[in-house]
Amino acid sequence: MKKIIAVVTALVLVLSLAAVASADAVYRTLDEIRASGYINIGVFSDKNPFGYVDENGDYQGYDVYFAVRIGEDLGVKVNYISTEAANRVEYLETGKVDIVLANFTVTPERAEKVDFALPYMNVALGVVSPDSRVITDLNELTADDQVIVISGTTAEDYLVKNNPEIRLQKFDTYANAKTALENGSAAAWANDNTEVIAYALQNEGYTVGIPSLGSQDTIAPAVSKGNETLLNWINDEIKALAGENFFHKDYEATLVDTYGLDYEDSLVLEGGGLAE
Amino acid sequence: MPDLGLEVLWKGKNFVRLLGGLWVALRISLIAAGISVVLGILLGVAASRKRSVSSVVLRVWLGIIHIMPQMVLLFLMYFGTTRLFSWNLSGEVAAVIVFSLWGTAEMGDLVRGAVSSIPAIQRESAEALGLKPAQVYRWIILPQAVRRLIPQSINLITRMIKTTSLVTLIGVVEILKVAQQIIEANRKASPNAAFGVYLAIFVMYYLACRPLSLAAKKLEKHWR
Repeated sequence: MKKIIAVVTALVLVLSLAAVASADAVYRTLDEIRASGYINIGVFSDKNPFGYVDENGDYQGYDVYFAVRIGEDLGVKVNYISTEAANRVEYLETGKVDIVLANFTVTPERAEKVDFALPYMNVALGVVSPDSRVITDLNELTADDQVIVISGTTAEDYLVKNNPEIRLQKFDTYANAKTALENGSAAAWANDNTEVIAYALQNEGYTVGIPSLGSQDTIAPAVSKGNETLLNWINDEIKALAGENFFHKDYEATLVDTYGLDYEDSLVLEGGGLAE
Repeated sequence: MPDLGLEVLWKGKNFVRLLGGLWVALRISLIAAGISVVLGILLGVAASRKRSVSSVVLRVWLGIIHIMPQMVLLFLMYFGTTRLFSWNLSGEVAAVIVFSLWGTAEMGDLVRGAVSSIPAIQRESAEALGLKPAQVYRWIILPQAVRRLIPQSINLITRMIKTTSLVTLIGVVEILKVAQQIIEANRKASPNAAFGVYLAIFVMYYLACRPLSLAAKKLEKHWR
């Protein structure tokens, strides 16, 4: 027993020393990124049409369209890192990616841990359910019903905070969540409304009963906390791109097949919304 | 015949991508399995002596590995080491380290059990014949212990291969992640793709794990 205590004490000492020793910045500044010739951008790889991988193994989507432009304008190569909703913050906090462009909704909790740039899209929460029993109000859910959410998303936070009585079925990936809904293992799926509107348009037999739940939020690029130079560069870039209506072009190239033209002006934000 | 969504497998480079994902999963688990077998045997033999320092180390190590879900270990190794030591391990290296830590602990415990299960009279007889301790292990204890070990170690290795599906959470794109990417990219064109793609990876996992159990069976027969 004494031996165990000694070993544990030694381990704790070593770890805390190391923690003190490595208090320097985790992120790469704009100059360091330019000098290295590449930028690491965290995107989704299974979230069509925002970030996904096509049959040739190439990254595509609304977020990726912007990532490509960032690479061009910085004059560096883009390395795409496949992220999940649950590890986006962690990736930035450890500097393992320079920017997250993964349908990242701005929330006060997240803003304490990462720095958000100007937003490039609007979003609210929505709830989709099968036509056989469309949920139009959360009160319709009985004690037996479960609601699918994806771990680490704003939908999960919202339901845990505001409707703690609802039983949640949590999944780590979008693919698994959708498969679970199709298998009828839950009454509904709550997520960003963009996601559920697209899902209902693409899949026969599902309806978005609640199109807007909670407050209107925005989606923005995020960088590691304190990475001023990169943050300022992205903000200037987003403002400059408004001149060419870049995000409308992005929408028409990537999202129009999913949402149609009806949602273009309500979803897209140019220049961080300041210009409009 | 119902639509199984198998056509997505032949679209573009999808099939090659799946095989690439399988290779990533196998590379991580087999390298880790190799390390685990070597270190596990050394640790297990050392720990089979009662009340030794190594038996305490093994117990603590195994205890930690058993209570920590592999996912937590992966997060700690990948993100935690960057926070604490500023190490920038790649996802794959972090995965190999975690799987080796896990495998060595379990393998060590299996070896310890197998070695302790050899009756004491075997060792005593060998020593009476004048064999040195190293020779006793090399010629008497290990050959018998290894035979008892085969089934459980194969079980451990196949479990490692299957657990690689977790490494997608530290950014490594392995077979299951590729499968999800394919299903997601084709949800509109082939809504049944989930079935076909999961069927394909079921077959791939089977073909990857099957030779291991065949080899194990052959070895067991050979030694009988």
